[in-house]
Amino acid sequence: MSSKRTVQFKIYRYDPDKDDKPYMQDISVELEESDKKLLDALVRLKAKDDTLSFRRSCREGVCGSDAMNINGKNGLACLTGVDELAQPITLRPLPGLPVIRDVIVDMTQFFKQYHSIKPYLINNDPAPERERLQSPEDREELNGLYECILCACCSTSCPSFWWNPDKFVGPAGLLAAYRFLADTRDQATSERLDNLEDPYRLFRCHSIMNCVDVCPKNLNPTKAIGKIKDMMVRRAV
Amino acid sequence: MKVAKHTFDAVIVGAGGAGLRAALQLSEAGMKTAVLTKVFPTRSHTVAAQGGVAASLGNSTEDNWHWHMYDTVKGSDWLGDQDAIEFMVKKANEVVVELEHYGMPFDRTDNGKIYQRPFGGHSQNYGQTPVSRSCAAADRTGHAMLHALYQRNVRANTQFFVEWMAMDLIRDADGDVLGVTAMEMETGEVSIFHAKATIFATGGAGRIYYSSTNAFINTGDGVGMAARAGIPLEDMEFWQFHPTGVAGAGVLITEGVRGEGGILRNASGERFMERYAPNLKDLASRDVVSRAMTTEINEGRGCGSAKDHVLLDITHLSPETINKRLPGIREISIQFAGVDPIKAPIPVVPTCHYQMGGIPTNYKGQVVVPKDGQPNVPVAGFYAAGECACASVHGANRLGTNSLLDLLVFGKAAGETVVEDFRSGQLTLKPLPENAADVSLARIARLESQTNGEDVHEVRLEMQRTMQKHAGVFRFADIMKEGVTKIMQVAERAKRTQIKDKSKVWNTARTEALELDNLIEVAKATMVSAEARKESRGAHVRDDAPDTAEHPNGRDDENWLKHTLWFSEGNRLDYKPVTLQPMSADVEPIALAKRTY
Repeated sequence: MSSKRTVQFKIYRYDPDKDDKPYMQDISVELEESDKKLLDALVRLKAKDDTLSFRRSCREGVCGSDAMNINGKNGLACLTGVDELAQPITLRPLPGLPVIRDVIVDMTQFFKQYHSIKPYLINNDPAPERERLQSPEDREELNGLYECILCACCSTSCPSFWWNPDKFVGPAGLLAAYRFLADTRDQATSERLDNLEDPYRLFRCHSIMNCVDVCPKNLNPTKAIGKIKDMMVRRAV
Repeated sequence: MKVAKHTFDAVIVGAGGAGLRAALQLSEAGMKTAVLTKVFPTRSHTVAAQGGVAASLGNSTEDNWHWHMYDTVKGSDWLGDQDAIEFMVKKANEVVVELEHYGMPFDRTDNGKIYQRPFGGHSQNYGQTPVSRSCAAADRTGHAMLHALYQRNVRANTQFFVEWMAMDLIRDADGDVLGVTAMEMETGEVSIFHAKATIFATGGAGRIYYSSTNAFINTGDGVGMAARAGIPLEDMEFWQFHPTGVAGAGVLITEGVRGEGGILRNASGERFMERYAPNLKDLASRDVVSRAMTTEINEGRGCGSAKDHVLLDITHLSPETINKRLPGIREISIQFAGVDPIKAPIPVVPTCHYQMGGIPTNYKGQVVVPKDGQPNVPVAGFYAAGECACASVHGANRLGTNSLLDLLVFGKAAGETVVEDFRSGQLTLKPLPENAADVSLARIARLESQTNGEDVHEVRLEMQRTMQKHAGVFRFADIMKEGVTKIMQVAERAKRTQIKDKSKVWNTARTEALELDNLIEVAKATMVSAEARKESRGAHVRDDAPDTAEHPNGRDDENWLKHTLWFSEGNRLDYKPVTLQPMSADVEPIALAKRTY
């Protein structure tokens, strides 16, 4: 059981309203026994210095707001145990996206890629009165896909996404693409595959697997991407 | 400061379940709609709902809407309006099936239908045996639902203003609503959103309490805005304490755990709910279970070294069931309680969870206020749905899974009403009053210039501790009275908040100060309404109103079968009758009775 202790931080700070350029701030904070997660410590820090800016909401790992780069690895502040981290705890914004302020990044490009895969069920049959049937086995195909919280830990840890954020869909978007390809209720398989048939959109994934390593929900975008590639190959023959 | 003006047919504030469901109606009808949201839509708190959404589909046990209606009225301790409740339970199948058509990944029964599990207070045959009515996607129903609704809105090309915080409601001299002011968080600029219709879907304010299952963003923004603009708040004394928040952390553990067979145990390992609710036991309604747990703890039968919690035990379930039906709960337990529920029980305590009261509406989603002797007169141009609204379907106590149903049914109803009013030409773009943004600009200017002020974090903490102590699971006349005095003092301090951060860009200190203005309205409404209600009903249980033969469950129907209305101006209370007559002439009202489970 952790007790009162002081924790050292090194935090990326940048306020375009007053700073010419970003800098790393050394700061420490005394934590209470009840402070267990990195987010608890950040809230404590913010009570001390209200200029520290970060996104947060659910504090239980389902909303995806508080993704950041923690000691060099992307993760959610609310699911990261503060006492498990080497000090000074170094916090930076998610890499590869424009920084708005402190650890807050501009996620426009990330969401643009998500939207580009048509992230909604396409089924043009007239809607029946009741639910469309789906067997438990077919439904199970969606496990490990639908749970994505769009935190962007994966895409912003992916070198391919860093180089081509405008052209490569990235692991989060491709995971979503496969979520619909794998859904027996969806009818747009060939349209979805056409949409990804491109040197960049899908094929920039080189199975580096950083996405798998950082996903706070333990999802596996690389595996989903592999399955999309299989579908491409199968339809080509 | 210059103020930009945007004009829309409709503006929706909030992009959780209710806002997104309403937005779909408007977008698909071709209305020019702006959806303002202070977080990216899928980060809204609907995402944290776990156990399911109620609908009497009858996929695994026989069910019908009459039973659902009975359970909901009884659950509400008869404070729910029976017309709105009838409307909601009858619409349940339709809105849930729609979600399935939108792509929501519900779990499935062996024959491919939507999987349903039992939930607290839901029964077959008017209270006799538990029924499987909760339509679930594992224990991530809210996440699956919110993403499906957002995705459908992407398809419908809904226009979102993401990370814009609504500040104040704009009303003209007639009291009609003409839109809102809002601040873009990235630039700090204030804009006016001028619209023919304004829908509030801003969620609850669970953050008025110190210990809450709610997200940081649940600061009652719409409720506070409405109160400041002269709209009364209904039944704010009724707050749901969820029986199973993780002890110490407050994070929610779904009632679906008990739906799947979980059992609450005290220090001696006893299944104590058998004593309090012999029939439904651990699946009694939430107010009943939370009180039973608090009684066990107060009488020294709590667990742990401080005897301050009870245990939720699922070690008798198979690891397969836990991993298949409750995977998120297992994650949460390991993360926040340090316990793998396959091996050991989870420490839990009743934790503030849901706001039953809110902005008064009818079942069409129109905001209604008393006027010229009539209790429920619609405010032109103003609509509300979801947790921020009070239709009232939950009355004094909400049943689990009825909140997701509420936001679907009334999000859609509000949307339909707006579309109808728009098409019939009833909605007009009335001219903006001069200086429509002045109130908002003054709030920002005050924060800019305040010196020798109060610390936002400190004042918020004081408010949360006051609410926790003075308006908890069990309530006492003297403690509530003291609470009213204290919360008024906190409210005075909140008028003088000061922030160090003066940046225009993503100034979260300013956002939190503005949120505190909203929280304070809710806290005042709660404390004052609670102190005034001299009976026990649902989640509001007073020590001096015990269960007697004359007043079953401590309820005093003769004097208190009425809705509270709290007005911010003058801190004034009023009351209005409960609608005991269902919507349809051929539906029998559910007669008043003692509540037992």
